[in-house]
Amino acid sequence: MTQVFLGMPAGGQGNLFETEPFPKAAHRELGNTQMRKNLRHATHTIRDKRLNVVGELPDWEELRDAGSAIKNLTMANLEERLEEFEKNFTARGGIVHWARDADEANKIVTELVKATGSKEVVKVKSMATQEIGLNEHLETEGIEAFETDLAELIVQLGNDKPSHILVPAIHKNRTEVRDIFLKEMPVVDPNLTDEPAKLAEAARKHLRKKFLSAKVAISGANFALADTGTLGVVESEGNGRMCLTLPETLITVMGIEKVLPHWEDIEVFMQLLPRSSTGERMNPYTSLWTGVSEDDGPQNVHIVLLDNGRTRALADRFGRTALNCIRCSACMNVCPVYERTGGHAYGSTYPGPIGAILSPLLTGIEVEENGSLPYASSLCGACYDACPVKINIPEILVHLRGEDVDANRDKHKLPTQMDLLMKGGSWALGKGKNLGLLEKALPLGRLMSGKEKKIKKLPGIAAGWTASRDIPAPPNKSFRDWWSDEKESK
Amino acid sequence: MWSDHLEYKVRAITTSLDYYEVRGIVWSDHTLKESFIMRIALFATCIVDAMYPETAKSTVKILERLGHEVIFPKAQACCGQMHMNSGYMPEALPVVENHINAFDTEDYDVAVAPSGSCVASVKHQHPFLAERLGKPELKERAVAVGKRTYELSQLLVDVLGITNAAEQLGSYFPQTITYHPSCHGMRSLKLGDRQLDLLKTVGGITVNELPEADQCCGFGGTFSIKNSDVSTAMLEDKMKNICSTGASACAGGDASCLMHIGGGLSRTGAKPRTLHLADILASTMEETVSL
Repeated sequence: MTQVFLGMPAGGQGNLFETEPFPKAAHRELGNTQMRKNLRHATHTIRDKRLNVVGELPDWEELRDAGSAIKNLTMANLEERLEEFEKNFTARGGIVHWARDADEANKIVTELVKATGSKEVVKVKSMATQEIGLNEHLETEGIEAFETDLAELIVQLGNDKPSHILVPAIHKNRTEVRDIFLKEMPVVDPNLTDEPAKLAEAARKHLRKKFLSAKVAISGANFALADTGTLGVVESEGNGRMCLTLPETLITVMGIEKVLPHWEDIEVFMQLLPRSSTGERMNPYTSLWTGVSEDDGPQNVHIVLLDNGRTRALADRFGRTALNCIRCSACMNVCPVYERTGGHAYGSTYPGPIGAILSPLLTGIEVEENGSLPYASSLCGACYDACPVKINIPEILVHLRGEDVDANRDKHKLPTQMDLLMKGGSWALGKGKNLGLLEKALPLGRLMSGKEKKIKKLPGIAAGWTASRDIPAPPNKSFRDWWSDEKESK
Repeated sequence: MWSDHLEYKVRAITTSLDYYEVRGIVWSDHTLKESFIMRIALFATCIVDAMYPETAKSTVKILERLGHEVIFPKAQACCGQMHMNSGYMPEALPVVENHINAFDTEDYDVAVAPSGSCVASVKHQHPFLAERLGKPELKERAVAVGKRTYELSQLLVDVLGITNAAEQLGSYFPQTITYHPSCHGMRSLKLGDRQLDLLKTVGGITVNELPEADQCCGFGGTFSIKNSDVSTAMLEDKMKNICSTGASACAGGDASCLMHIGGGLSRTGAKPRTLHLADILASTMEETVSL
């Protein structure tokens, strides 16, 4: 496998790859105490907020069911919905482009920007363009992209990578943000404090002239409505609104799974999304645009419909509901693994539980180290509980572990320790009498545990357990044997 | 419904007595009004069978105290969760098939296991595996077995109507404990406060609330060895929270999670130990479980 670089993706798929095994990445990130402190604080705050606003709605479970049903129905007829959207978007003066993968999408966007003669673009926060590595690609083409979302700006100025899909700089605290601003902003008050209002003001001053001078904006989209040809962006800061209305040209890059059948469907998703993502009843800015409005807003309106593995994921009958994701980030906010490792450990643009299933579903399990992602979960199920469209993430994780094991079966000449453990376990646990036979050796384990009555060190992969935990001395007799002796013989 | 398949097996319903004596314990009339004498199949689970036999014995004791007959289908071994959750689906199949063969019989009324995780596996993962491996008949049987399988607190509260462990089970445990709700019971089975409510009504007990109780202990089966570092980081927080309660034991409904937490507490030399819900419920004034 080739190494993946930002913007120079293997196989043209962009930033969907874990480039080192998750346990290794996690080990490194766990050592970053400042990041862990920041993340613990941030995730716990947002968890509480979400629980409060979700608890206010008596029909929350019904809303989740509705969201899930709308998404499932859409995915079952995705072709028709996309063509319907194309027809209606085109009829209103928009131009539709289709991109098979990240490379194609980057090429389309670059050509569109070059055609305007502009050397710079302003950007609305977008996961799709992160996924395809658009900024890095534009840079190689001599086009500068300016992120306008506050958190994306922090990440971009800090020459960093996003670690969360909604709060890309969640791993930084405000003092670290101030330091980045002081170091990287061309014009900045040297006495800048870390008060949120002051930081926002510094960002506003930095961005304002970009908004006023930019000729081209690039956005993502939270949804596309097939029956009206409308696109929508949901945001908090209003920076998105500036980008969507001021420039002459607006290019939107959107995954094909974001289409919804009807205008009315917004009702459901506009209740599910803000409450699940920021823990707000309503987000501050919702922008909807339908093609071109004469003499108002951008006059050249494009959309790049991106596949980049989505049809592959759709073909997986046990994994396809991952495409129902509305990028709210509730799953990562409640995930105990994400809370401790942070988003960078997942490699891909999509971290956390949804990333652990989405990345391998989009790329295939065997690519790079994406096969290690589905194991990055204790299967506690907090993500499934929090998911506004009821994606059964634990079940898909287990399914993908199965894919990973199967993909690796022929790769090793010798079986791994895990292979042996599982094969042995299949025999031992496949019959009551086999287990009974093995249990006859329990006194031996008891002997091993010595005077302290605990096993403190085991060899091989089991050393992962005894690194931090003892195993109690086994009993002299299994329950099975006790039953035979005490219950059956009497 | 459990009562559907009970009809043909109800052996005694007594509502006319003021009290009723079963194995030396006197039950008041009101508990019997709703109670059938059932034949209950114990699914011990592999970890309890091999490592924590006392917990299975406790489960038997509790159910027998209520006057029910407990059987132990000897063909049983394991739910196969370790295999499935590690991705070894073909290897999981014989284990799952064995479980279904052992429990797809008319020889009992309901099955019970002292584990939320293993019951969740039987109810949800067995049909999923059968579906994934393209075995519709096995899936049908798996669903049937799943419907008749209960986690211990589910059986006690929902079927047997236990609302007060001290009064109805004679449970007595004069210790200060805290309680960790294991993830699969809490989320997959939606057990809610059933286990905690049972514990709170044990005679002599003090239950201190566990901070961040709903957070996973980090066990996750082979997650604990494959992602040992993350698992340990989760365990450390769980142990810190347990120790902060001042309890001398942390109770729970899953032997596997308790082995994980207990193994960590033992390694760090912390005072609290772990104890299964069944062992606390089985503890009585006459035969008190010691820590």
